[in-house]
Amino acid sequence: AENEEPWGTPCTQLLVSVATPGCDGFPSLDSKESYKLSVSEGSLLLSADAVWGALRGLETFSQLVGRDENGTYYINKTEIVDFPRFPHRGLLLDTSRHYLPLKAILETLDVMAYNKFNVFHWHIVDDPSFPYESSTFPELSKQGAFNAMTHVYTASDVQMVIEYARLRGIRVIAEFDTPGHTLSWGPGAPGLLTPCFLGKNPSGTYGPINPILNSTYEFVTSLFQEVSAVFPDFFLHLGGDEVDFTCWKSNPKIRAFMKEMGFGEDYKKLESFYIQRLLDIISSLGKGYIVWQEVFDNGVKVRPDTIIHVWKQNSAPYMEEMANVTKAGYRALLSAPWYLNHISYGQDWMAAYQVEPLKFEGVPEQKDRVIGGEACMWGEYVDVTNLAPRLW
Amino acid sequence: SRRAMGRAMGLAGLLVGLLLVPAVLVSTSLRHGAPRTEPPLETAEWEPASGAVPEDSLWPLPQRLRTSPRQLQLAPARFQLVHGAGSSAGPACGLLQDAFRRYYEYMFGQSPRRKRGRRPPGARAEPELSQLQVVIESRDPGCHSYPHLGSSEAYHLTVTEPVAILKAKEVWGALRGLETFSQLVNEDDYGTFHVNESEIDDFPRFAHRGILIDTSRHYLPLKSILTNLDAMAFNKFNVLHWHVVDDQSFPYQSIYFPDLSGKGAYSYNHVYTPTDVHLVIEYARLRGIRVIPEFDTPGHTQSWGRGQKDLLTPCYNGEQPSGSFGPVNPILNTTYDFMTKFFKEISSVFPDAYIHLGGDEVNFDCWKSNPEVKEFMKKQGFGMDYAKLESYYIQKILDIVSSYNKGYMVWQEVFDNKVQLKPDTVVQVWMANNYAHELSSVTGAGFTAILAAPWYLDYISYGQDWKKYYSVEPLNFPGSEKQKRLLVGGEACLWGEFVDATNLTPRLWPRASAVGERLWSSRNVTNLQDAYKRLTNHRCRML
Repeated sequence: AENEEPWGTPCTQLLVSVATPGCDGFPSLDSKESYKLSVSEGSLLLSADAVWGALRGLETFSQLVGRDENGTYYINKTEIVDFPRFPHRGLLLDTSRHYLPLKAILETLDVMAYNKFNVFHWHIVDDPSFPYESSTFPELSKQGAFNAMTHVYTASDVQMVIEYARLRGIRVIAEFDTPGHTLSWGPGAPGLLTPCFLGKNPSGTYGPINPILNSTYEFVTSLFQEVSAVFPDFFLHLGGDEVDFTCWKSNPKIRAFMKEMGFGEDYKKLESFYIQRLLDIISSLGKGYIVWQEVFDNGVKVRPDTIIHVWKQNSAPYMEEMANVTKAGYRALLSAPWYLNHISYGQDWMAAYQVEPLKFEGVPEQKDRVIGGEACMWGEYVDVTNLAPRLW
Repeated sequence: SRRAMGRAMGLAGLLVGLLLVPAVLVSTSLRHGAPRTEPPLETAEWEPASGAVPEDSLWPLPQRLRTSPRQLQLAPARFQLVHGAGSSAGPACGLLQDAFRRYYEYMFGQSPRRKRGRRPPGARAEPELSQLQVVIESRDPGCHSYPHLGSSEAYHLTVTEPVAILKAKEVWGALRGLETFSQLVNEDDYGTFHVNESEIDDFPRFAHRGILIDTSRHYLPLKSILTNLDAMAFNKFNVLHWHVVDDQSFPYQSIYFPDLSGKGAYSYNHVYTPTDVHLVIEYARLRGIRVIPEFDTPGHTQSWGRGQKDLLTPCYNGEQPSGSFGPVNPILNTTYDFMTKFFKEISSVFPDAYIHLGGDEVNFDCWKSNPEVKEFMKKQGFGMDYAKLESYYIQKILDIVSSYNKGYMVWQEVFDNKVQLKPDTVVQVWMANNYAHELSSVTGAGFTAILAAPWYLDYISYGQDWKKYYSVEPLNFPGSEKQKRLLVGGEACLWGEFVDATNLTPRLWPRASAVGERLWSSRNVTNLQDAYKRLTNHRCRML
């Protein structure tokens, strides 16, 4: 008949029902993201245990709504029961190799929400620049940013990111990578980095953080006190990757320290010494930590609830590393096959898609320790002019 | 921002400032147009630049350049780009008027403080540059004509107090010179604009310096094409090779055959109307850029079949048509009737002397399956050699296009398959495998060639691949001087399988800039460190 609506009774409401309150809290590793979506004639119901599940369900609902050739919006009768396979689904952005304006970060958070990512791993500082404005140590960004006026993240910028993320059910895990990857820290924190030597004389260049000075640990304590307060997530990423021992080896005071401590020529022991103390500091601040795989590979003594971030692609197959890490009882995050900055011609999304994170030899308890993974967009060749098309 | 960055003082920079960049004699033989006398190479009379190093951001590097540390100031409120006395071009030359405004904006921005005013009394001691005068020397400047392969793009720029003079034979050289001048003007920490006293003598090493865009695999909105033309002008590219249609879609709205885009475009919104096309051609012309359209046949034509019945060959499965179609059907008269009318339109819409006719990657399977085609092969005595059928087709197309007084460009297969080509055909070498050998063959047979093979920029990879493109030496192929002169240039190609308006600009630039310098600058400009320094500055300016 002429007046019959082709789409049935129009729907007027999507009812969202959340079992446990928590609107004002922050998402965490244990957050429940499950939801049920029930679409039938005259009834649209989205139910979830927690608000985080409601967010995921809203995204799915928005994907189900279609538009026909007359412009009418419609939705099919649907039943969905959904929950994530892995609780930690992250994206890494690097704002040190190239500064990313706030708008670019917020835009990225929007697209992460479209894709149900729930962790923003903010690799905020590194060798090339220090854009994080610290209230305790303002000189760090004053001297270390590409431009202290324009290429910095103010305290309010950081709060904006954290809140914008929270509203999308996304955790913000900041990474202050040490003891390597810290050249930009030097100008604003004299005495922090190890002076390298050419023979008997300082060469004028600097290396990783100096692990033998008490001032180092005082500095680290104060900085991480601030960072722990600024970033509400339980976890901090402490880095610990790619520590180059050359500078340490060249420094006579360090060599003397090595002797004193009985480390011999094994600088991994010195690295461990630093990391150990760092981890203790972080623990005392009530935070948990994630570290890159070298910390595990080099035999550092870490707390059992440490999360190891597997990233290396070349040496051994990364799945072997996943097996070793989980066998040793630690939780693991996988990034190795997902370095999206390594661009190549064609439909490389397929290679990323076909990775099976649990494809390694191990008992079920081991597999349970794989809590998820992260796609990484390192910034050597990435800035705001090409971030979005390279990432998505 | 389009203004030059602050300078870095490096030893490399000092050395560049010290030396004249010499003109290599090889490059002079590749220019078209009237031969010029070579001024004797002079040793630098001026002291090395100790502060500002203006060459730090020139791209591509001019043929001959010398600068002095003496700086001149420019006041945006008073500085003018004008026609000089004795120029054959004047205010009626729309092309130059447009360029003057464009380059003024590039140099000084659109700040409201650009009001005209007098120089304040007691002004600073630094001398002021008040004008750049542009003098076109040839009797016919070319203001209302289109650029072509033989156009003169040479210019001579003298920057001294109180006026700078830019001399060029034709307006095309003036455009190139304006770009260079704008690269010399820089802003200091106090916001003051400076330019160093300098003298530049410049001309392109190769006359054909192109960018290929593909608007069939993905439609590119007009804005995206125009932005790209701007970027090309920053890098002195002078050919837009517009691969407008292909298998996937037919966005070109034809006047004679509206169904081609009507049925072959992705959607009604994904077409180029005649107005769009004219806009691209004029926008390009104002930047000294030729637009060479490519209508690739007989392969790469799936989209043509939707709007033009019986144009494509029906493929067969045994005795029955399979339902799918292959290349253009070479045995029907209707095919050539269509092509005659179609290319009549193309010849009149696109003013360039050349049309690119494609001719690449023709798959013979469909032809081989079709009984009528097989019959035709027999009748013609082609045996089983389908390359002969391809030649038969191409020949007729070439003749059609010639009858409209157009020259043509073809992909290398047309040459490789021994089609009979007119002597002024341009062969585009694109297959990466042993392209030097192909260049030898093509030029050895007396044909003009352009090189694309090492410059397929759609083949992205991790890291600084611009260095790879920069390090190509086009003349590194076995051949005589005469042969080398037949290589008139090259093209950086951005095929569209994985490219649309969301990623075109960052994928093409600044990687294509590397190709731009290779095609413009002297053969011995190969230092990667110096290039890196200039390219990073140039890239920031382009943003």
